[in-house]
Amino acid sequence: MTRDEITTGLAEILEEVAGVNPDDVAEGKSFTDDLDVDSLSMVEVVVAAEEKFGVKIPDNEVQNLKTVGDAVSYIAAQS
Amino acid sequence: MTGSRIVSMGHYQPSRVVTNDDIAQLVDTNDEWIRDRVGIVSRRIADSETVADMAAAAAGKALANSGLTAADIDLVVVATCTSIDRSPNVACRVAAKLGITAPGAFDVNTACSGFAYALGTVDHAIRAGASRNALVIGAEKLSDFTDWTDRSTCIIFADGAGAAVVSATADDEPAGIGPVVWGSAPEKSDAVRIEGWRPYVQQEGQAVFRWATTAIAPLALQACERAGVHPSELAAFVPHQANTRIIDGIAKRLNIPNAIIAKDIVESGNTSAASVPLALSKLVERREVPSGAPVLLFGFGGGLTYAGQVIRCP
Repeated sequence: MTRDEITTGLAEILEEVAGVNPDDVAEGKSFTDDLDVDSLSMVEVVVAAEEKFGVKIPDNEVQNLKTVGDAVSYIAAQS
Repeated sequence: MTGSRIVSMGHYQPSRVVTNDDIAQLVDTNDEWIRDRVGIVSRRIADSETVADMAAAAAGKALANSGLTAADIDLVVVATCTSIDRSPNVACRVAAKLGITAPGAFDVNTACSGFAYALGTVDHAIRAGASRNALVIGAEKLSDFTDWTDRSTCIIFADGAGAAVVSATADDEPAGIGPVVWGSAPEKSDAVRIEGWRPYVQQEGQAVFRWATTAIAPLALQACERAGVHPSELAAFVPHQANTRIIDGIAKRLNIPNAIIAKDIVESGNTSAASVPLALSKLVERREVPSGAPVLLFGFGGGLTYAGQVIRCP
């Protein structure tokens, strides 16, 4: 998958889990500060991302995923 | 084989109401944040009441609602993780307070899943012929173990007790307590801790949230299957009152359109082992669930541990 495809997939998850407008989702955006995703919604995003992309994102990795770009890089490296 | 059923319920909560605004006087938080993250609007915090006081008060009400007397009770089991004293255990204190003579009496500590563990154990004791009428109690005073300067935990925990009278069923009567599904995830033992000599509750919020919202639903469905009850038949779902977002997350995966989802947490906070019997007792008191209707109980928490079963509403 390309980085753009992963970003689009994450945008779909963010819309469903946290009501984020997909147009707002870009690699430079911070989940917490820009997209208003709280720590529990972030867990739901991670669980949905594992399913969608067929990757494993352990608990201790979640805190390192600050921006959409961080998540895209992690998923791209795993898949 | 003789099974068992819940005959009656009772509960006790301290009179002192602590609102989110009250908590915001202690730590940097606010009402909206707490409602949004955990779903709590207010909670009850004990003043002088001990775990045993609350347990006995709840059990006394359950006993009064059962039509039985103290002389009929031959087993007292208390689920708690917040009893200060090592001995006597809470069960013996409850028996002494209620004038129950010579019952089997022991405490169970599996933290927030305690009531379902205790209920399963008592069901087994009755099936084995070791008891005819038992008191099963969940009682907690989390406020003794709360760091009131830690805003990640002090907004969550509270005090209270709930109790059930459980009796053997007649030979021709169907069992009212379904097979318990219990277990643990000991590799996640660091996720919820009350450790050391002067301990406070500490938890890894994200890890617990993830485990609860992903692992519990399949186990709860297993409890339905083992009881021979289809999820769509459930009249109510009473999970551990950990967080409304966890409750909603589990309920969504169960597909239980006809069930009332207990959310006593809104007005009671998270009372660990007391939360399930407290919420169930209130549903029964308000007559929200018809007598005999199937209700799924499911507890989960520190250990990590979990347990649940389908019961027939008293």
